[in-house]
Amino acid sequence: MSYLVEATGLVKRFGDFTAVDGVDFGVRPGEAFGFLGPNGAGKSSTMRMIGAVSPVTEGELTVLGRDPAVDGPAIRARLGVVPQEDNLDEELSIYENLVIYGRYFGLPRKVIDPRIDELLDFAQLEERRHSRVEPLSGGMKRRLTIARGLINQPELLLLDEPTTGLDPQARHLLWDRLYRLKQQGVTLIITTHYMDEAEQLCDRLVIMDKGKIAAEGSPRELIDRYSSREVLELRFEVGGQDSYLEELESLASRIEALPDRVLLYTDDADETAAAVHAAGIEPEYTVSRRSTLEDVFLRLTGRRLID
Amino acid sequence: MVLSGALRVTEAGARVYRRTWRASVISTFLNPVLFLLAMGVGLGSLVDEGGGGADLGIPYLTFLAPGLLAATAMQTGAGDASYPVMAGIKWRKTYHAALATPLDVRSLVIGHIGWVTIRLVFVTVVYAAIMTAFGATSVLEGLASVLPGVLTGVAFAAVVTAYTARLERETGLAALFRFGIVPLFLFSGTFFPVSQLPDTIEWFAFVTPLWHGVSLCRSFALGIDPRVAPWISIAYLIFWVALGTWLSIRLFRRRLVL
Ligand SMILES: Nc1ncnc2c1ncn2[C@@H]1O[C@H](COP(=O)(O)OP(=O)(O)OP(=O)(O)O)[C@@H](O)[C@H]1O
Ligand SMILES: [Mg+2]
Repeated sequence: MSYLVEATGLVKRFGDFTAVDGVDFGVRPGEAFGFLGPNGAGKSSTMRMIGAVSPVTEGELTVLGRDPAVDGPAIRARLGVVPQEDNLDEELSIYENLVIYGRYFGLPRKVIDPRIDELLDFAQLEERRHSRVEPLSGGMKRRLTIARGLINQPELLLLDEPTTGLDPQARHLLWDRLYRLKQQGVTLIITTHYMDEAEQLCDRLVIMDKGKIAAEGSPRELIDRYSSREVLELRFEVGGQDSYLEELESLASRIEALPDRVLLYTDDADETAAAVHAAGIEPEYTVSRRSTLEDVFLRLTGRRLID
Repeated sequence: MVLSGALRVTEAGARVYRRTWRASVISTFLNPVLFLLAMGVGLGSLVDEGGGGADLGIPYLTFLAPGLLAATAMQTGAGDASYPVMAGIKWRKTYHAALATPLDVRSLVIGHIGWVTIRLVFVTVVYAAIMTAFGATSVLEGLASVLPGVLTGVAFAAVVTAYTARLERETGLAALFRFGIVPLFLFSGTFFPVSQLPDTIEWFAFVTPLWHGVSLCRSFALGIDPRVAPWISIAYLIFWVALGTWLSIRLFRRRLVL
């Protein structure tokens, strides 16, 4: 079997509302697989089905070769889960949180204790071992939640928006830790609405929107397939951009007019900038950059990832 | 599988308690001392002098103590099954975390009730010791009321867990205590025989689990002939334990497995 997780026509409904609307994907052993999408896309709903805590409404899902509806406990025994919202016991210490979780997996204390030493080292929480969780920073709590998810040495780690709400430094630290896990052979499934996170961490990803998968591939492939190599961003004085749109359209392979700026898709942004200038158009400022997954998302859905 | 999971949940309860035991241990000791002193000794001396003692056939303190043990077990069971359950479901979401492990809802519910049972053993044994120290009962009489006391507490723990599992907001918990637990505490034969009440209320008392708990504790401890055969009271309380547990499992599933 080549997939660790495989879904075909996977559907999740809450009453009349369809949160996940027939998605297909496969996650290979050892890779970092991403779900990139805006709020409400159905990422968490999908993750919870993979985590064997949320029943599948329709379609097929196998996780680690098993059916979550039948073998939920056996699947969960081999998974690590980092939920979107930290659900640590804030009254307890870091250490106690880890012990209790390890015991939930049925691990004996003599296995748990050395593992906690390793995990606290990994999560850089050693000095805080006996601190209560409540006063810890968001980044520390997140790292603790990840450490907790690793207490059973899972083959597959599910991370639901691992870095949302963290400052850039805390995010980079987390990315580094996730990268190390991947090198150790742990398969990662990550949801995010940050395109830079998806680009940094994921070997392959699907772009999700309104419960459906809009595209699938590696970050590079997706950018190549759905966007140009480079992008020129133009910002005009308030209300000034509309009159230029028609002319700009003729200068690029494709343009995208956002409320606050215009994006010109092109193979060479500097050349296009020169052409814009030559046409006598004077934006307030211009930025040339490479295409990102954000551009792919915009192309596919007509909307931005984060509003 | 379910049971080994439940044991791990019970163990987690004990671990959490290690952090929070201080406040609850104080009330475990202080509560019986205060009640037995005020109601048993203080009020009791009036009752006994006023001829109430003749009606009861025993000192009021002796009459009161085993019933109060059952009522305290009820309060402990209901207390441990209300705010902590709300926290697990909603505030701290620790139940969500537990359900991401191999544990399932049945283990979670049974293990939680298991932990409350252990707490109840502790609370009732302390109570029995204190009522013995007050001279209300002998050591054996005191100990005899432990088992029915625990059963009473577990019945409430199971039912209140189910009740809490349905609540969206904590105001429902305050209401439970105000309109459920406190009236039961006052009118289930703890402080006076329910035969003192008008017949309709008296009948109502027979339906409440607490009345059966009080009746069992009193008859086990004092050898007083209960008005309902003990096996009926025991069966009735076990029925509440089973119903509450079954409902809790169903409601936890509805609330936590989405
Ligand atoms: N338990 C539930 N009951 C009803 N609707 C739900 C439930 N859980 C999720 N939904 C709805 O399903 C949709 C998808 O939610 P989901 O949490 O999967 O999205 P998401 O992609 O994780 O979004 P976010 O980035 O905000 O976390 C949303 O519209 C949400 O309101
Ligand atoms: Mg989500």
